[in-house]
Amino acid sequence: MDTPTTYFHWGFILISVSNLLVIGGMVVLFAIALVAPFPHPKGADDGDNK
Amino acid sequence: MKSMGATQDEYYRGVHMVPYDLVKELFLALAGVGLLALLAAVILSSPDVAPVTIANWAQSDPVDFVTTATNELAGASTSAAYGNPYNTVGPGQSWGPIAPQKWFGTRIPVDSTNAFVIQPLQRASFSNTDLGSALTTWQGASSDQQTKWLDAYSKALPNATVTDGKVTVADGDYGPLPVMMSNLLGVAQAGGLDGLLVINGRFYQTDYTQPLLFMGDGSYLAGLAADLHLTGSLWGMMNETGSYPGQTWLWLYTMWYQVPPFTSSEGFLGLNSSNADLGIIILMTLLTAALALVPLIPILRDIPRWIPIHRLIWRQYYAPRKAAART
Amino acid sequence: MATTSSLEGPTPPAQSKSWTLRLRQAIDRHLPMDHLLPDRQPYYVGSWVYVFGVVTIAALVWVVVSGIVLAFFGPQWWHDSRVGRFFNSLHFWSVQLFFIFMVLHLWGQYFMAGWRSGRAATWMIGVVIFAVSILTAFTGYLSQQNFDAQFIAINAKDAMNAAGIGVFFNVLNFGQMYGLHIMLLPIGVTILVVLHIVMVRTRGVVKPIDPEGGVRP
Repeated sequence: MDTPTTYFHWGFILISVSNLLVIGGMVVLFAIALVAPFPHPKGADDGDNK
Repeated sequence: MKSMGATQDEYYRGVHMVPYDLVKELFLALAGVGLLALLAAVILSSPDVAPVTIANWAQSDPVDFVTTATNELAGASTSAAYGNPYNTVGPGQSWGPIAPQKWFGTRIPVDSTNAFVIQPLQRASFSNTDLGSALTTWQGASSDQQTKWLDAYSKALPNATVTDGKVTVADGDYGPLPVMMSNLLGVAQAGGLDGLLVINGRFYQTDYTQPLLFMGDGSYLAGLAADLHLTGSLWGMMNETGSYPGQTWLWLYTMWYQVPPFTSSEGFLGLNSSNADLGIIILMTLLTAALALVPLIPILRDIPRWIPIHRLIWRQYYAPRKAAART
Repeated sequence: MATTSSLEGPTPPAQSKSWTLRLRQAIDRHLPMDHLLPDRQPYYVGSWVYVFGVVTIAALVWVVVSGIVLAFFGPQWWHDSRVGRFFNSLHFWSVQLFFIFMVLHLWGQYFMAGWRSGRAATWMIGVVIFAVSILTAFTGYLSQQNFDAQFIAINAKDAMNAAGIGVFFNVLNFGQMYGLHIMLLPIGVTILVVLHIVMVRTRGVVKPIDPEGGVRP
């Protein structure tokens, strides 16, 4: 990991592959969190809050 | 004042509640994140590029070292002409009447000429009579004479040659400068200047202001940094050495350094490349305050209602309503 | 949840002069145990987006634990020892994970408009935590005692000096940056995070955005 990294140059944006992976990964993770099914609690519901 | 406990009960009145184990969730999170961090640490390690010493600098680029030292003597280096908090030579950055650099005075006094050149040479002349007499000549000369020597030497340095680590310039009238500079270079190459600038006559020290300012005045450190994309105009603030991710959360802060008006000398509304540091800090302070105050800012606080991301997050809540709407 | 003194004896007057009693009563009113550690949540807490907050806390725990080990052996240890380098790596990646999850938590809370119904202060404390965390990380990068630290220091000083704070916050002064990083700022972050969690538990999670008003039971 000590070798120099590649940089992407797009207009005025200049970003390293590593940073792009982190940011891109975050967007993907957020999207997955939005759509992935969330485990529902097993057992009876506790009913309404009185 | 209504208590929050009672208010929460009222807030959730009629809301369907389900079991949810927060503590188990915390322990699962600790295990999961711990595992991720452990794997990354074992497989990828972490960056550690060795620091540059003044000795490295003086050995790798003696001409740049001598040029920088000459600039210090001439009061022409970045630190010598900086202004507060190191001295009062330069005006510092300002935007109209806003000039915070001047508000607190010269609280970290650094006299570049004496700190980086004269005092180290005085110490080095302890048992070196040639150096001692060169120093006496220098300090006895008028400032006009010193300026003449400095100008001539500075003009000759770009064409200097390096032999066995020593710097040689074309013949000229430089007074005691060549003797002074070659001694300073020798001390630096041996590692003595690293010690002298940090210790500063003491023994214990944790303040690296002087050696860092001196190295920053030269081009060697900056050249290495540019190769590693760490410099400001290359989005350097968010970059790291090697292939490691950097401080990606600084993306917005470093972005401003790449765009007008902060890239141009004419700029806009008094903001330009020469007061970019001040302008950008003011801008980022305002933006951070705006982020904190989002709940109070119209449009910014309404965007979440307009973008249906929340409909995905709360789809259990909206689903029966959609069904009801269809019937 | 007593409104009387816990000891046997005559009942004190309604407006008790006991600070201890009044403090206990205030805590009981604002954050009773079953709100601090509830075992139920509204049914609409059913998205992975809700998990980013606790995962951020988990990352912070690992940052602090690895940081404690690094602090114990001193700032030079990780340069000279393989075990030290491992703990530095643990610290480095925990910090990356901390910021990743904190920002994801911020995105989630923004799109949920989590500041509604009296929760504006919770959001604001969150932004303050973000800013103080950035400052803490910054002092950490300055404490590395390697090339990265040197260059960051030399450049950052210009921004600090331009803003006038360079006098009080000298990024070239390793001793100051290190002390801030290992003690003062972590204490600050911890206090703010505890405050943030208490505020969330006091009010409970916010309800879904509902233009029609009301909540389905």
